[in-house]
Amino acid sequence: MAEGTHQPVGILGAARDATKTALLALGLCIPIVLLRAEQDFSNQLMLEPRVELTLTLVAIAFAARFVWLLAMDWYARRPERVARVPIFAGTTVSPEAARRFAIGGLIFLFAYPMLALALVGQAGSIKWIDNFGIQILIYVMLGWGLNIVVGLAGLLDLGYVAFYAVGAYSYALLASNDVVKDFMAELIGPTFWPAWAFWICLPVAGLLAAFWGIILGFPVLRLRGDYLAIVTLAFGEIIRLVLINWVDVTGGYAGISGIPRPSFFGLPFNATDTGFAATFGLEFTPLYRTIFLFYLILMLALLTNIVTIRLRRLPVGRAWEALREDEIACRSLGINTTNTKLTAFAIGAGFGGFAGAFFAARQNFISPESFTFLESAVILAIVVLGGMGSQIGVAIAAIAMIGGTEILRELDWLKHIFGAGFDPTQYRMLLFGLAMVIIMIWRPRGLIANRQPTLFLTSRRAISADLVKEGHG
Amino acid sequence: MHWETAPLLEVEHLTMRFGGLVAVNDVTFGAGRGDITAIIGPNGAGKTTVFNCITGFYKPTSGRMVMSHTGNAISDDVAVLTRSDARYMRRGENALFLLERMPDFEIAAKARVARTFQNIRLFSGMTALENLIVAQHNTLMDASGWTVLGLIGLPRYARAEQAAIERARYWLDLIGLTSRADDSAGSLPYGDQRRLEIARAMCSDPLILCLDEPAAGLNARESGELNKLLKTIQREHGTSILLIEHDMSVVMEISDHVIVLEYGIKISDGTPEYVRNDPKVVAAYLGVEDDEVAAVEKGELP
Repeated sequence: MAEGTHQPVGILGAARDATKTALLALGLCIPIVLLRAEQDFSNQLMLEPRVELTLTLVAIAFAARFVWLLAMDWYARRPERVARVPIFAGTTVSPEAARRFAIGGLIFLFAYPMLALALVGQAGSIKWIDNFGIQILIYVMLGWGLNIVVGLAGLLDLGYVAFYAVGAYSYALLASNDVVKDFMAELIGPTFWPAWAFWICLPVAGLLAAFWGIILGFPVLRLRGDYLAIVTLAFGEIIRLVLINWVDVTGGYAGISGIPRPSFFGLPFNATDTGFAATFGLEFTPLYRTIFLFYLILMLALLTNIVTIRLRRLPVGRAWEALREDEIACRSLGINTTNTKLTAFAIGAGFGGFAGAFFAARQNFISPESFTFLESAVILAIVVLGGMGSQIGVAIAAIAMIGGTEILRELDWLKHIFGAGFDPTQYRMLLFGLAMVIIMIWRPRGLIANRQPTLFLTSRRAISADLVKEGHG
Repeated sequence: MHWETAPLLEVEHLTMRFGGLVAVNDVTFGAGRGDITAIIGPNGAGKTTVFNCITGFYKPTSGRMVMSHTGNAISDDVAVLTRSDARYMRRGENALFLLERMPDFEIAAKARVARTFQNIRLFSGMTALENLIVAQHNTLMDASGWTVLGLIGLPRYARAEQAAIERARYWLDLIGLTSRADDSAGSLPYGDQRRLEIARAMCSDPLILCLDEPAAGLNARESGELNKLLKTIQREHGTSILLIEHDMSVVMEISDHVIVLEYGIKISDGTPEYVRNDPKVVAAYLGVEDDEVAAVEKGELP
């Protein structure tokens, strides 16, 4: 649209065109916006004319079209097209620069809780560490997990939240189960299970999620494209509906509360004499737990990242990418595509399960509300926006999307402009959609679309996104 | 006459029906160990269907396909294997495979049959080198201890990967693409892609290499290079080659054995000399007078 096709119209032409648009908007607004039907106290329908609102909308339509056309004029008249600088494209970033960026990012992440403490003090920093730090890192981890399935193996999975749910419920049910607790108390001692439940249940939750990944994988092995997407979507919904309806075990809508919190390798974060603070001679504050949770999810996310990077350089990872490129060629080379797909589902699901267990431990309470399709969509959006297969791209997209929506909560000053009734968080989804549309126009293959080869003879050169396939499902 | 004395692959009474259409009808032929065998025929003769049956992409309607690794299948063994439920059996040096019972990836991995495709199927978003490494998947998978040991970073996998790279470098040298090893396969020129696909198939260490129209879309020079490459593969690796080709110069120049299909039926089978002079082949390819066709069908002409 922007390139080449635009004929300059001039200010008058733009005004004329914008007037047409305004008239069209008026025509649309008359039936839709102008009259509002409301019941009065005696249950009578009253028609309330909304002239002001209608005129505002028409004015917005006029102004937007006018500005758009003038901007296009300006764009078309520029003497020389400046080549777009591919900010994130691998070709313009040297490997050393990327390395420096990654190391800098890591140092920042490790220093983040201290920075927050230093900048906003104890009381304010919990919000920054928890709502921003931990929340974003959970999604970074989920994005990296799904990236294995969608980005590397090219299998479109719309039900990834199911594995997140399996992990969360596995942890919640196992850790708060009295039978397990009594059994462990008899076997080892009464203090063992409360102290170590998280550390034992975390791998179990991951394994169970991986197991469900394989369960999902089997029936969908033969499906591709849209069909695969629909079935994975259905799988996610099935898990959620089971969680809602199996009230005896899951508590239904009420969910599970009182989930044990993780301990500092056996030391609980509480005010008792055997707690973390007392043992290290510190004054008790809930902040320690938050900081610990931050480092815990950071470690889990980094584990996901390191494992994925290593897997890409192993035959199984190369087989995933080959599968995304051409499944038939894979089979002609003796690659068992069934196993390859199942490992992708299982490993991706396993990381989702880890994240789920962490989520349950952090929240202390879970219910099916946390595992709706919207979550799957957000995680998938993170992967697609980041650039399928790109680890750093997924991390940036998670920061932008989750951080962006959290930032909206901080925009209270907007109330001074739009009035007290204005709540910026209500526009979350609108902005979310807008951001996606803009990014998909600007960079249709995601922020970092280039693929880095896994090995090289003479030099590592990024591969343009145009050549990299997206997979058939 | 390798295809009679030492057949690596024997296709017997192969029939493939798609609904009412009989694409391949009772075709029997052998491919000799160390031979270059060409399957020729007009468009729609069922050549690619035969290939897809051999490599497991289609399950044939009926027929038997025996792959024998030493090229001397003892008929008793074949009979025993056919009666059993097994897909393959190993007898000392030899191994027998019933290809019609095996899934496609197993045919490539165990029976060691590799193939290329009519429309090139490279992993276009991966580098030329990566394409050749993916082809060595099963060797590397074993070396990485089914991923677990490789994930820990054992030196055994690193050594295996280095060996795989050396093997890939050998093939890149042979097809003259070493300088472009780190470019994506999709960005290579068409002729290079064709040769890379053959090299990729060879990296999976096959005993028989099935090439579906390897010279399609190549110019005369590239076609000549291809002939040289195939001859090298035959001579230095002892790999048998089964190829589908339209380009008669390629067929007549390099093949030891030619099979001609028309409308899914085998109409001729023999040395290039023999096939070139077979009136049925001449009729199918060049077209002849109607009375001559009638005469041939009655068997009056040689």
